[in-house]
Amino acid sequence: MSDSSHRFDEDALLSLGLRLEKTARAAGLMLAGETLTLDRTGALWLEAHRTLVVSDLHLEKGSSFAERSGQFLPPYDTRETLSCLHEVIQRLDPACVVALGDSFHDARGPERLEPGDRAMVAALQAGRDWIWIAGNHDATVREGIGGSYCEHIAIGGLTLRHEPSAEAGEGEIAGHLHPCGKVTMRGRSVRRRCFVTDERRLVMPAFGAFTGGLNVRAAAFDPLFPQGFTAHLLGDGRVFAIGRAMLGKD
Amino acid sequence: MPASPLPQRFTDWFASRGWQPRAHQIALLDNARAGRSTLLVAPTGAGKTLAGFLPSLVALSEARRKPTEHRLHTLYVSPLKALAVDIARNLDAPIAEMGLSIRVETRTGDTPSHKRTRQIARPPDILLTTPEQLSLLLAHREAAELLGGLQHIVLDELHALVTSKRGDLLSLALARLRRLSPQATAIGLSATVREPDELRRYLVGQGMAAPSPLPSAGEGRGSAEPPMADLVVVEGGAKADLHMLDIARTLPLAGHTAWHSMPAIYDLIREHRTVLVFVNTRLQAEYTFQELWRLNDDVLPIAIHHGSLDAAQRRRVEAAMSAGQLRAIVCTATLDLGIDWGDVDLVINIGAPKGASRIMQRIGRANHRMDEPSKAYLVPGNRFEMLECRAALDAVEEAAQDTPDARIGALDVLAQHVLGMACAEAFDANELYDEIVSAAPYQYLTWEMFEAVVDYVATGGYALRAYERFAKILRGPDGLWRVRDARIAQQYRMNVGTIVEAARVKVRLTRHLRGKPGTVMPKSGRVLGEIEEEFGETLTVGDTFLFAGEVLRFEGMFEDDCLVTRAKNIEDPAIPSYAGSKFPLSTFLAARVRAIIADPFEWDRLPPQLSKYLLQQRKHSVLPGERDLLVETFPRGNRFYLTAFPFEGRLAHQTLGMLLTRRLERARLQPHGFAANDYGIAIWMGRDVSERIAIDPGFAQALFDEDMLGDDLEAWLDESAMMKRTFRQCAVIAGLIERRYPGQKKTGRQVTISTDLIYDVLRKHQPDHLLLQAARQDAATGLLDVARLGMMLRRIKGRITHKALDRVSPLSVSVMLEIGRERVYGEGADEILAEAEAELLEEALA
Repeated sequence: MSDSSHRFDEDALLSLGLRLEKTARAAGLMLAGETLTLDRTGALWLEAHRTLVVSDLHLEKGSSFAERSGQFLPPYDTRETLSCLHEVIQRLDPACVVALGDSFHDARGPERLEPGDRAMVAALQAGRDWIWIAGNHDATVREGIGGSYCEHIAIGGLTLRHEPSAEAGEGEIAGHLHPCGKVTMRGRSVRRRCFVTDERRLVMPAFGAFTGGLNVRAAAFDPLFPQGFTAHLLGDGRVFAIGRAMLGKD
Repeated sequence: MPASPLPQRFTDWFASRGWQPRAHQIALLDNARAGRSTLLVAPTGAGKTLAGFLPSLVALSEARRKPTEHRLHTLYVSPLKALAVDIARNLDAPIAEMGLSIRVETRTGDTPSHKRTRQIARPPDILLTTPEQLSLLLAHREAAELLGGLQHIVLDELHALVTSKRGDLLSLALARLRRLSPQATAIGLSATVREPDELRRYLVGQGMAAPSPLPSAGEGRGSAEPPMADLVVVEGGAKADLHMLDIARTLPLAGHTAWHSMPAIYDLIREHRTVLVFVNTRLQAEYTFQELWRLNDDVLPIAIHHGSLDAAQRRRVEAAMSAGQLRAIVCTATLDLGIDWGDVDLVINIGAPKGASRIMQRIGRANHRMDEPSKAYLVPGNRFEMLECRAALDAVEEAAQDTPDARIGALDVLAQHVLGMACAEAFDANELYDEIVSAAPYQYLTWEMFEAVVDYVATGGYALRAYERFAKILRGPDGLWRVRDARIAQQYRMNVGTIVEAARVKVRLTRHLRGKPGTVMPKSGRVLGEIEEEFGETLTVGDTFLFAGEVLRFEGMFEDDCLVTRAKNIEDPAIPSYAGSKFPLSTFLAARVRAIIADPFEWDRLPPQLSKYLLQQRKHSVLPGERDLLVETFPRGNRFYLTAFPFEGRLAHQTLGMLLTRRLERARLQPHGFAANDYGIAIWMGRDVSERIAIDPGFAQALFDEDMLGDDLEAWLDESAMMKRTFRQCAVIAGLIERRYPGQKKTGRQVTISTDLIYDVLRKHQPDHLLLQAARQDAATGLLDVARLGMMLRRIKGRITHKALDRVSPLSVSVMLEIGRERVYGEGADEILAEAEAELLEEALA
């Protein structure tokens, strides 16, 4: 494998994919009559509702590994994830933040939070609504970390829940799958987190620092998008819309 | 010769073979009796192995032991499993023929667990093993009991071992052995090296901190001289009968496949009894094998052997070779070392030799008898490789060798070792420190760094003390460190070793389901071997590639299997681009190549096509002096190019390319990318660099200023993909993330954590973390070869020869051809290159 090209090549490569893909759209899109802005951090901005949505934070994943498997990953993942979130919140100043489930890697995550990180969560929550939507990793977390808790929530024409449902009506926004897209050109490939949408539903990328990804060409996505989809890959500088045909399997 | 120090049985046995004990064999025996460690430096065929075991065989034959007494007497460590197995076979003959009652066993990764258990309870007299297995033994609770009576430690192919992290691991194991069995002496066996002192130090305890249990070489005790093992050197060996293959046609300027020489190679195989065909990469092995079979009208038994092939298939090839059933084996570095196949009468090395020592080692595989010359051919793949072959021929003629640099012991290896020692028994930190600094690679390890390593092993070494509760090793009230529980010990055992393989997938030959075209049966069919997962990921259904000597069609991935079928009527398969070892050009050989280019009087020793090419370069541009750096700039198409020829190897050049690109970007010359090979680099950009140098004559010099190794390097390193790969290796060796074994169930990407994510987070929040330090230390010498780049920048200071040209020069054509090379795979690559070359050359010579 060669490293003989610049880092900016990655964005160049993605741009090329974008140009070649006629169905590509910009980072803004419509879903159930609502305007969505896809942020390059992987957050979703609903400007009309001044609401910011982030999915799969997986806070305290590092300490979860240390406790359960004796692998000492850097214990800075929570801090890193929160500081990214801090950046978006500073930039957009939302009235409401929705964490779309799997906000903690396991149910004991909130107990293990370092005092500094706990204070950071509180600071982010100050002056705005904060909604924790239940995920499969953190379904039993119900208290002790501020904000309110629910299974799913409707905002305008949109329904926000953790796991994409099999028979979703129009306008479902979910996370859970950690979608990633891979573009291969001239023997080089770029793999990035992405939003996936068919203009009926949207699956969000994972926001957490230690979260991996599932390739959008994996079977799990097929039943959700029977008519195909566009993936919006998170580049270094912006979001790139790339059609299914351009995306490679792992 | 004085009265033989050998017992009668041995003298008789030597005589029955028509042999005389050789002086070095007797010297080793004497030293061992006197309790002195020894380094034996000898060319292949000098009876090195027998010399190494002679002290043990003699002592064991004289020992009076009760039949029930089981103590391990001699430990033999080799870098290769296959070598250990081979040595066991070779020891059978003298033991049986002299009627000695000596039990010899091997212990490798392939040894079944019931046998391992039995070996601990009832050890053999002589145990043959590998560095990894030795570390596992030492981490065993019974280690002290098992190894306490050890008399000899024989380290084979020591020159090959010490230059890597495996050497670091072995040095730590030796340090532990010195403590468990202070009476034992070490015997190092090495091929000819230029600076044996480094190996001599490696064999014995260093430093004042440790009481030196092994008597040193006598000289220099108590003085400033470091302790060293005795040195026994066997001179000579017959001169090799070595040639460059001349196929009487003009070679291309780039490409390494040597497609042009295949008919000549086939003819050589026909004319000889048994031929070893060495290549540098697995890709090349597959290609060569395929080409030779295409030419194989006589249906000669030609086999292939490389590290990706299934172990069973490799064993079959080795057995067939030992039985004399093969006429040729196409092989990679897996057969570089030691295995004794006496019948080989010719060695062919395809591609650039890369290092003088490597080529001598390979040549030595022919005619494994010292008194007969080894016959070998070097086959250059392109015109530049002819230069390198010439330099290697000269080096072999003078018996000059590359000198491996002394290693600074790696921190990730040390972390692994510390955990292992805690698994063996509770340790006192001060005692363990003293033991560790007695190992030559670690003799300068500071106490503070050692503490940091212990802290890393215990809780991850994080400034944020988040994992105290989960500590892997704990210090008890008695001040001793102990491993937490059996699960941690198990984790250590799963993780031992320093070789981090890229994730692999099995290649499984399957068949189509009847009645269901396009579908194949998963989970059935023969496993042909393994390929890097990364390569598997680039395949799409229907792609064809060469593997295990067959053209295969990719049918899909199923769990950890890459399913394939035999391709039909495929003329042009893609070739696996899985990474074989790609050696960098040695510093020593590079200097010789520069010297040849700089001195026209040398040129009449070169093949005419090569001297003609150099003359063309002199006519169209200039030739650099021996210590100079030639920089050429020229326009081509709508781009502007800068080429430079440092001859420092591809790794150092890639690093250089990255750094130059950053500088050119800052100078607003709009660099777009670069390509590098072993000899030079080419950078292309949007603005006219020649014009810039014309305006500012100091620009070229400033561009290559040594200070690029400062901030630029730091900034780039942190972002580079190579650094991330280096970090991954350190993280695996140090046990931060678990090793993945082939066949182990893949847990899926969303569950495993990518080391890239870990790296990014760690770099941001604790940039001085132990593993980042370890990765930077590796980068300096390893993948990025920063150390070598630094040497080069100092060498060329004030010695840059810039030439602005209106078109590409003959010399630059070679590196220009690298552009896009790595992206083009498939058999067509060389044809594409040939086309591109013809076009470029036409331009150059217009």
